[in-house]
Amino acid sequence: MRTPLSVRFLSALDTKGWLVLGVFLTLTLLVVPLLNLAVPEDSAFHVSAYFITLIGKIMCYALVAVAMDLIWGFGGILSLGHGLFFALGGYAFGMYLMRQIGRDGSYGADLPDFMIFLDWKELPWFWFGSDSFGWAMLLVVLVPALVAFVFGYFAFRSRIKGVYFSIITQALTYAAMLLFFRNETGFGGNNGFTDFKRILGYSITAPETRLVLFGLTALALAATLVFAAWLVKSKFGRVLTAIRDAESRVMFIGYNPLWYKLTIWVISAVLCGIAGALYVPQVGIINPGEMSTANSIEIAIWVAVGGRGTLIGPVIGAFVVNLAKSWFTVSFPEYWLFFLGLLFIIVTLFLPQGLVGLWKKFAARKGVAA
Amino acid sequence: MSPLSASKDLLDGRPEGSDGIDQLGHVVTGELDLSHGVALYLEDITVSFDGFKALNNLNLAIDAGELRCIIGPNGAGKTTMMDVITGKTRPDSGKAFFGQSIDLTRLSEPEIAHAGIGRKFQKPTIFEQHSVFENLELAMKTDKRVWKSLLAWLSGEQRDRIADTLKLIRLNGEADRPAGLLSHGQKQWLEIGMLLMQEPKLLLLDEPVAGMTDDETMRTAELFVSLAGKHSLVVVEHDMAFVERLGGKVTVLHEGSVLAEGDLATVQNDPRVIEVYLGR
Ligand SMILES: Nc1ncnc2c1ncn2[C@@H]1O[C@H](COP(=O)(O)OP(=O)(O)OP(=O)(O)O)[C@@H](O)[C@H]1O
Ligand SMILES: [Mg+2]
Repeated sequence: MRTPLSVRFLSALDTKGWLVLGVFLTLTLLVVPLLNLAVPEDSAFHVSAYFITLIGKIMCYALVAVAMDLIWGFGGILSLGHGLFFALGGYAFGMYLMRQIGRDGSYGADLPDFMIFLDWKELPWFWFGSDSFGWAMLLVVLVPALVAFVFGYFAFRSRIKGVYFSIITQALTYAAMLLFFRNETGFGGNNGFTDFKRILGYSITAPETRLVLFGLTALALAATLVFAAWLVKSKFGRVLTAIRDAESRVMFIGYNPLWYKLTIWVISAVLCGIAGALYVPQVGIINPGEMSTANSIEIAIWVAVGGRGTLIGPVIGAFVVNLAKSWFTVSFPEYWLFFLGLLFIIVTLFLPQGLVGLWKKFAARKGVAA
Repeated sequence: MSPLSASKDLLDGRPEGSDGIDQLGHVVTGELDLSHGVALYLEDITVSFDGFKALNNLNLAIDAGELRCIIGPNGAGKTTMMDVITGKTRPDSGKAFFGQSIDLTRLSEPEIAHAGIGRKFQKPTIFEQHSVFENLELAMKTDKRVWKSLLAWLSGEQRDRIADTLKLIRLNGEADRPAGLLSHGQKQWLEIGMLLMQEPKLLLLDEPVAGMTDDETMRTAELFVSLAGKHSLVVVEHDMAFVERLGGKVTVLHEGSVLAEGDLATVQNDPRVIEVYLGR
């Protein structure tokens, strides 16, 4: 008898996992919106717009971290260019948001302000369809997928591995950043896209819109975690970790690693694109800085801090590092990069399994003592 | 049922999926054709590394169902020969055919595996982080494309096959342990078990009993002898007692080409073989 797919999907997480997920969704979809809308602002229980935007942003980062864990933790392939896929998703959705401004821009024209500034008379061809929400959603998925597929196909077919692969991904995102910095490329140059007004006709700054975006991000993160857990528990996941540990053995038992790597690579890129698309309307800006090499390295640091190959670790890592970052940038902005570097060194030297590994060790010791 | 007859059931009598297209969807150069009685045919194979000839006009023919031993001093080119057969190393010149029609020099490693050649490495190579059971599951003959792996779910029959192999390699008590925790000899057996799960026609075994106890060694010999006939085996070994127990024809490699060939007694008395290998 065959086990139905739905049952297999349910077994992706254990009972504790589903429980934690349930608590997370209750908090983000019910408790936070209530505390934001129904509790008066002067109450100690009020959740501020600042907090919602901050957590919404970090959940986008957490989604990227899970995507990175799939390719790095489980596939053994360290990408230092994942910021590119995030930015591509952000730009794809940003185009739609720019069109939603309509004539409310500072020039009151049909074209986005930066095009008027460049004295362009009509939209470039690749802005075709950008006023359609559905088309924008399609681009959010397809553009990162296509870039990842083409790049990955040639890199994996040439059997480029390890640090060489990482360096090439850095070069890729850097080259893309330079391209997007140019005004003529047609994506607003170094200012990127900003001053958004609406999304699907609703005001983008309205508390309700903010909460919907926040809730969608929470759902996306939860769905990604379930999907990723199912993926790594499938036979595909076992082949993937086998490729990570002994690639030649995998080939000699008849699997072609190229397609396995390419599949997880493209999945990872698409997840980053979705995260980027959720990020831009919440933060209100996308510019080529998102493609900087430092950004992509930071993604790897979140994953390392939380714990590679654990799925939940990267979420924790993204939260810990980014909460620390928002505190530092207010209190001691000039020390942030030193702290980040120090954190990375400590994790690499003393916590190879990240915070999750530390927790497991702690739990094991307590278990022995008890 | 003794473990050895179980192994025969495991490997024999299964329908062949060879229709000229392997399971990766690539067209192989032909079906496996053993009608002329030759399983493997190497002609004038030369491989050089920076000018050094690891294989030098090597000629070798293995009959269908034959059990052949390859011996020779360190660096003779035994492992390199297996690299050529399995697609890991491309020869500079020469021909390599599997059966009558499959040109090994034109296929990739996974394609060669699908064509029916299985290989055990000199250094045991298993998936250390995976359980023993999972190691066998991954090796099992089945559709190995990405899409199939995403939806794969073990059938009862497949579980039984894994259980049979576990029994055969005497690891049924260790099924759920990470393979990295096994002893060296157990790892060797696990790799042999993975090979059997692939249901290959030709088995290449590079020093399969290194690190095994005498008892394990003799059981391995028994297993190989039982596999011969329906399968072709090429076994590289330094352990002469083991080679003797296998009983097949012996080929001596030296400096990348064949120095002598024949039954063990003949080869052992060949003065050239004594000089370069046995006499040392
Ligand atoms: N990739 C390589 N690059 C350079 N030289 C190589 C390479 N692979 C093998 N060689 C050389 O080719 C020769 C044959 O090596 P091979 O591993 O085939 O020998 P072998 O007969 O298997 O020896 P052993 O009994 O030690 O396993 C050796 O001199 C080895 O150093
Ligand atoms: Mg060798």
